[in-house]
Amino acid sequence: MDFAFLLETFLRLLPGVPLTLQLAFLSVAFGIALALPVALMRLSRIWPLVWTARAYVFVFRSTPLLVQIFLIYYGLGQFPELRYSALWPILREPYWCAIIALTLNTAAYGSEIVRGGVQSVPHGQIEAARACGMGGPLLFRRIVLPLAVRQALPAYGNEIILMVKATALASVITLMEITGLAAKLISETYRAIEVFIVAGAIYLAINYVITRIVHVLEHWLTPYLRPAPVPAASSRGEPA
Amino acid sequence: MNTPTAAPAVRISDLHKSYGTYEVLKGVSLTAMDGEVVSILGSSGSGKSTMLRCVNMLEVPTAGEVAIGGEAIRMKRTAAGGQKPADRAQIDRLRSNIGMVFQSFNLWTHKTILENVIEAPVHVQKRPKVECVEEATELLAKVGIADKLHHYPAHLSGGQQQRAAIARALAQRPRVMLFDEPTSALDPELVGEVLKVMRTLAAEGRTMLVVTHEMDFARDVSNKVIFLHKGVIEEEGTPETVFGASRSERFRQFLTR
Repeated sequence: MDFAFLLETFLRLLPGVPLTLQLAFLSVAFGIALALPVALMRLSRIWPLVWTARAYVFVFRSTPLLVQIFLIYYGLGQFPELRYSALWPILREPYWCAIIALTLNTAAYGSEIVRGGVQSVPHGQIEAARACGMGGPLLFRRIVLPLAVRQALPAYGNEIILMVKATALASVITLMEITGLAAKLISETYRAIEVFIVAGAIYLAINYVITRIVHVLEHWLTPYLRPAPVPAASSRGEPA
Repeated sequence: MNTPTAAPAVRISDLHKSYGTYEVLKGVSLTAMDGEVVSILGSSGSGKSTMLRCVNMLEVPTAGEVAIGGEAIRMKRTAAGGQKPADRAQIDRLRSNIGMVFQSFNLWTHKTILENVIEAPVHVQKRPKVECVEEATELLAKVGIADKLHHYPAHLSGGQQQRAAIARALAQRPRVMLFDEPTSALDPELVGEVLKVMRTLAAEGRTMLVVTHEMDFARDVSNKVIFLHKGVIEEEGTPETVFGASRSERFRQFLTR
């Protein structure tokens, strides 16, 4: 093993980390913001909304993300309405094309995770809220959403990890995130194995941190799943 | 608590409820005055829970009228030939004045006992939080779980959870309390502690509608007992007349089971 080269590769790839994180976190954040309304549309009993949501989820879950990225990057410029619109300075940027593609993709999966979470809320919990006069948005905000979030969190953690890895595809539209830099380095050095080992290790490290954060969040949100606190006076000698 | 008025706290008139072609309630009526305890008895499938749940519209009756404190719940016809509440805001307003205790407690699992109890007063009734916390603490002391304020429901026994649920309902300062088989999900040794709380409430003059299998409670505490059989009221009257001189063969059978 050529550790000097590995270290040099690591230092060459490190500048790609901020872009990878930006792509991942912006698209996850926008994705959640989009997933919630899509899930609510899907759960509404208003059929135009239901079918719009279903069609959207079907299309974005059933086509490769790579194809979606290409279509958005090359395809949007085909519409003169867009090319001459005020949005064009944004839409022509590969950075925003990647974020749009990743967002639309993750929101499709995310909406199904949210829907599962909402549907898993036990009926009795909702009935108790209705019985004391809660309805509509208040009931959703105070009871349904908090319980759904707790239910959906492990699955959403999965989705965040998938998104971090999916950002690698942004390299195909010229973005120099970790994988983009790795490809560039390989074309200079022809040392594919070592470069990809380092790139993989960086993704591993990022996802390790994310896994821990999601785990801490889960722990913090579900104190009721742990044993009851033992009052000091009647402590039975358990370690704190 | 609300000042008693001439209007009954709860009035149910000629209530019908069907699921498809199966008619659960076949025209039942009931009046509960302020301060009265009404026990609703009946075997499984008699419609007693359905009747209770129609009072706060958790079940929407197919026909008939419900009035709380003299205010009739406005209904509108549906295309299917039934009816549904015409005004969601009216339902929510009336519900905030009705406390309900469920068979399976239904405490919100993600909130502590204290948070459960102050939820409706703070977020539905918009009362000051400090005042609600103070009142919740008193209520939880009253039902005997003052030491469980910051515990989660999962950390309590069934009996403790049900007493917390009673405190949660009381925190609404309701005009009427509905109990839907409050002891049926409890281990036998935990039933007593819940019934004791309910007896205290009855002695204080709470207006209570209680669906129950606890015959001693019904006999000792009620002002009025109703026996439902297959969606019809078979027996109705004071506990003395219903338990003592029941004319209904079915009710005697029910008691001897």
